[in-house]
Amino acid sequence: MDRSAISAKLGELLVNELGLEEDKITEDANFEQDLEVDSLGVVELVMAMEDTFGVKIPDEEAEKIHTVGEAIDLLNGKLNG
Amino acid sequence: MTERRRVVVTGLGAITPLGHTVDETWSSALAGTPGGGPITLFDTSDHRCRIAAEVKGFDPDTHFDKKDVRRLDRCSQFTLVAAREAMAHAGLEFEEGSDESWRAGALIGVGFGGMQTFIDEIGVLRDRGPDRASPFGIPKLIANMPSGLVSIEHHLLGPVSCTVTACAASANAIGDAAEIIRRGAADVMVAGGAEAGITDYAVAAFANAKALTGRNDDPVGASRPFDADRDGFLIGEGAAVLVLEERSKAEARGATILAEVAGYGMSADGYHMTLPRPGGMGAAKAMQSALADAGLERVDYINAHGTSTPANDATETAAIKTVFGDEAHSIPVSSTKSMTGHMLGGAGAIEALFSILAMREGILPPTINYETPDPECDLDYVPNEARKADAASAMSNSFGFGGHNVALVLTRD
Repeated sequence: MDRSAISAKLGELLVNELGLEEDKITEDANFEQDLEVDSLGVVELVMAMEDTFGVKIPDEEAEKIHTVGEAIDLLNGKLNG
Repeated sequence: MTERRRVVVTGLGAITPLGHTVDETWSSALAGTPGGGPITLFDTSDHRCRIAAEVKGFDPDTHFDKKDVRRLDRCSQFTLVAAREAMAHAGLEFEEGSDESWRAGALIGVGFGGMQTFIDEIGVLRDRGPDRASPFGIPKLIANMPSGLVSIEHHLLGPVSCTVTACAASANAIGDAAEIIRRGAADVMVAGGAEAGITDYAVAAFANAKALTGRNDDPVGASRPFDADRDGFLIGEGAAVLVLEERSKAEARGATILAEVAGYGMSADGYHMTLPRPGGMGAAKAMQSALADAGLERVDYINAHGTSTPANDATETAAIKTVFGDEAHSIPVSSTKSMTGHMLGGAGAIEALFSILAMREGILPPTINYETPDPECDLDYVPNEARKADAASAMSNSFGFGGHNVALVLTRD
């Protein structure tokens, strides 16, 4: 799965499973500030990423995810790194 | 001594097996519409009880953002829908942090709270391990979250709490909220109750406890309070919310006063976890206490707890006769659970709401499915058809597992 496929799949997850607004989702969008995902929502997001992409994301890596782009990069590193 | 602060009702909201609003629910009740049907919320093929009174056609996406739907148990969803209707009906809005917002609170009673969430999350824990337990699980399931959410949405920053006394929970919520206003701790309280207990676990456990009706082939006739052939309650769900206000404040803002919360009585059976004390002395004490609080000796209408279980309906009848003596036979008593089913934590609030509308509109909702008299239940149960009546006062009874007995007395303005 290349980076653009990861991006598309993550976008689907954000909209369909987490209920985020599709038109606000860009790589620069900050989860807490732009997408109104609170601290509990970030935990849920990380769990959904692990389930959807079949990866493990330890807490110290999860804490570094602030934007959609950073989430894509983290997944890309795990799947293609 | 200064005169006691008086508490009035200025707004009503409801979502029930009979409709998604107060108007829909009330017109269905007056028409004698049964709320029961086959359970659709889970697969009942292995279950002893396969019927319930569900809130039909409820689509949370029409009421909440998709993101919020995931964070709200059905119990909280019902609560918020009913609270919005009640606040709009009262014509109240609070600016967050305003003086008024600190003087307004919420008290929503539940029997369980987010039961489906609890069941789902235990399933996740067992099947997939602790790493997969949702961070929203606890806030979704805790019993006080309906109150908390009403407070958050409507900026109610005064007393906000929760009553959890099984099927008496929302009667306690209304009574306790009235007392909070009476003692001066708040001027407005959003009070009521909710439940979304039609879950595989609750239906199985209630059925095994012999509490539920076995009339699987007759869901519309299953809830038959006071009828000789009653055999257990029909589980219902939904929410009802009342806006309570201190009278002079409500009058000053020109609010329509729908009724007064005139009396609140409580007692305990202190007898058995689920069975009422034989003879109904506990229930009678709660009714007497509510009458004394209201300064009344009788009422013009009683909305009974009337669950359609063999024990409750006979015991409640005996209690009414203990309280009112010979007059008991001249007081119309109806059980709207014959139509709504038993809304558990929401029952006391919807029944207080029905009592208020009965007084205001001069028409009593019926006890439907009343066919065969039971010698132990010999009062006037307003059988099968709504009845025009001039009622200036009403009593609403609610009794809960654990032996909780609550009576509210409401008066027409």
